[in-house]
Amino acid sequence: MYIYDEFDQRLIDERVAQFRGQVERYLAGELTEAQFLPLRLQNGLYVQRLAPMLRVAIPYGTLNARQLRKLAEVSRRYDKGYGHISTRQNMQFNWPQLEEVPDILAELASVQLHAIQTSGNCIRNTTADEFSGVAKDEVEDARPYCEIIRQWSTFHPEFAFLPRKFKIAVCGSEADRAVIHAHDIGIEVVRNDAGETGFKILVGGGLGRTPIIGEVVCEFLPRKHLLTYLEAIVRVYNQLGRRDNKFRARIKILVRAMGIEAFRERVEAEWAFLKDGPSTLTEEAIEHAKSFFQPPAYETLDEAAEAAALNATMESSPAFARWVRHNTAEHKQPGYRIVVLSLKQTGFAPGDITAEQMEAVADLAERYGFGELRTTHHQNMVLPDVRQRDLHAVWGVLSDLGLATPNIGHLTDIICCPGGDYCSLANAKSIPVAEAIQRRFDDFDYLYDLGPIDLNISGCMNACGHHHVGNIGILGVDKKGAEFYQVSLGGNPGKDGSLGQILGPSFSQADVPEVISKILETYVEHRNEEETFLDTFRRIGLDPFKERVYAAAH
Amino acid sequence: MPQLIKHGQVIEDSWQVIRTIEEGEGLPDGKVIVPLSYWQAHREALLARGNVAVWLASDEQPSAIADDLPHLPLVAIDFPVMTDGRGFSSGRALREHYNYKGEVRAIGQFIRDQLYHLSRCGFDAYALETSDPHKALASLNDFSDAYQASVTQPVPFFRRRAG
Repeated sequence: MYIYDEFDQRLIDERVAQFRGQVERYLAGELTEAQFLPLRLQNGLYVQRLAPMLRVAIPYGTLNARQLRKLAEVSRRYDKGYGHISTRQNMQFNWPQLEEVPDILAELASVQLHAIQTSGNCIRNTTADEFSGVAKDEVEDARPYCEIIRQWSTFHPEFAFLPRKFKIAVCGSEADRAVIHAHDIGIEVVRNDAGETGFKILVGGGLGRTPIIGEVVCEFLPRKHLLTYLEAIVRVYNQLGRRDNKFRARIKILVRAMGIEAFRERVEAEWAFLKDGPSTLTEEAIEHAKSFFQPPAYETLDEAAEAAALNATMESSPAFARWVRHNTAEHKQPGYRIVVLSLKQTGFAPGDITAEQMEAVADLAERYGFGELRTTHHQNMVLPDVRQRDLHAVWGVLSDLGLATPNIGHLTDIICCPGGDYCSLANAKSIPVAEAIQRRFDDFDYLYDLGPIDLNISGCMNACGHHHVGNIGILGVDKKGAEFYQVSLGGNPGKDGSLGQILGPSFSQADVPEVISKILETYVEHRNEEETFLDTFRRIGLDPFKERVYAAAH
Repeated sequence: MPQLIKHGQVIEDSWQVIRTIEEGEGLPDGKVIVPLSYWQAHREALLARGNVAVWLASDEQPSAIADDLPHLPLVAIDFPVMTDGRGFSSGRALREHYNYKGEVRAIGQFIRDQLYHLSRCGFDAYALETSDPHKALASLNDFSDAYQASVTQPVPFFRRRAG
């Protein structure tokens, strides 16, 4: 992974000093509330329902064991002993004190972590496929390009006060595990017919109250032009994006208003000034970034022999077998697998992880995985490089930790925002809804029979829980002061991305599990063999689901 | 005379910003910074008068005065609120698209915590609303260097990184 040199370290140290001074001036009354607001947001600090919330950046979801231990320490010392993995791969602490935040940031800086631009109307932490570098279906590792974007976007002087927040996601694989079409800019690493690496650039995607699937602004951008092209897009947005209405200020609104053709023309005109200028990437710069993401010292293993041994162990332990099938993924290196840690144990808020779990996971990463970890937009964690022969031992530890619920990719692997329990924006609670669904559907054989289903819950239309792209999406709404839940079907976070369609009138919290049950029954009745929930929905449409759910309800 | 931060120092400001001016109303004596619309309506007379500069609102682009730049010793860019970041792009456009060498001045509601970014975007003068501009000077040096190319450092760090 990327390791800071003296230059990188100096910049984040200077950032800590800058913010310390800003907090002092705020507390001394020299900065008004309105002036301090954007400054604290650009350091990841929100003021929430109960306390401030600090969002720590995990750049493109990659961190090491030492950093995770530091996060554990921070959560214990300054918080209540746990953290929360967000849908943008960051870690949030819900209970820090404002006065202590500069100290927390100094602690984080000591292990090359920070909270820079994790909030505010600026370019946010770039997210990526959590399997980057190890996925079997990978075209090229996204991480070096993410790091190049991270450096370019960090303290970008021109883009610190954009009309609204700006999110970039990168994927380098056939399957899109980064939801790139739902980002302000989505980047897919591709190769052209000549075998050259470049990028397909999508623009204007996003969720929130106006969900839009991103459109292609550039089909193939040679890689050396990455930063100049991004700069042109963001500059056009900075100049032309709406600033009169917060809810119309994202780039998706601008792209839709101009039309993609006109937007592209404008970007190309701006790009003409920048193209081939000093910000054009050099081969050396790309190679330098790549040098940090070389494969670790893998053992040379025989895939067939390892697989045979693993199968034998799986046969003797059905519980282990279940976990291997559902919570691990194919690795590009023979004899290895990718392990997904489920932070979706029933009874715990999706994405939450305690200090004890963090420390134990850091130990596991060091013992079995070259000390590296990932966070996922699905609010889980990943050990990217585990030998198949170590899986049983890893499973044993994870089971004891409550991180081995074998539900990855299934109904109860719910994406869920913090909701009304924590968030001041929320219209409704989301965590208890997730828990009620997890309790209702606790039979793994039934879950496996249903196949892959993304169920996503947001507590308000800001859509942090990605409900629009859930196969089943649940949105908390406020109905005359009472919390209700609107259900949508058919969303898809993958490459052929689609937005969910609203089923109909919303439901009370108590009714949600039953509604989900009826939706699932409808699917099971209509599906053809091997057809996924999404496939079935796309074939039969909304009506059969609607009839079933509302016929019974009225 | 009000104070101004220019080229990293606090100096007396000899320019007066004319925020609004009614048709038929005369300009005060001395150096004046007039609205773009006024400049466009009275360009010849103002050129004859001399001692005149233009300020751009945040929704006005430097392209509107591209041909006038050789006659203007100063262009001011207004920040109606500190969170309106269009002026940052305007500063860069003046310097990088139009190669403007005169003074680029920030006016309006920006705060000292934005000085470092403003300087990197080509601003060299700041009519900062503060009781103590000397204290604010420190913010010009919040950071010792930066990753990206900018007006003050046109070579991005990846081209300067040794090894």
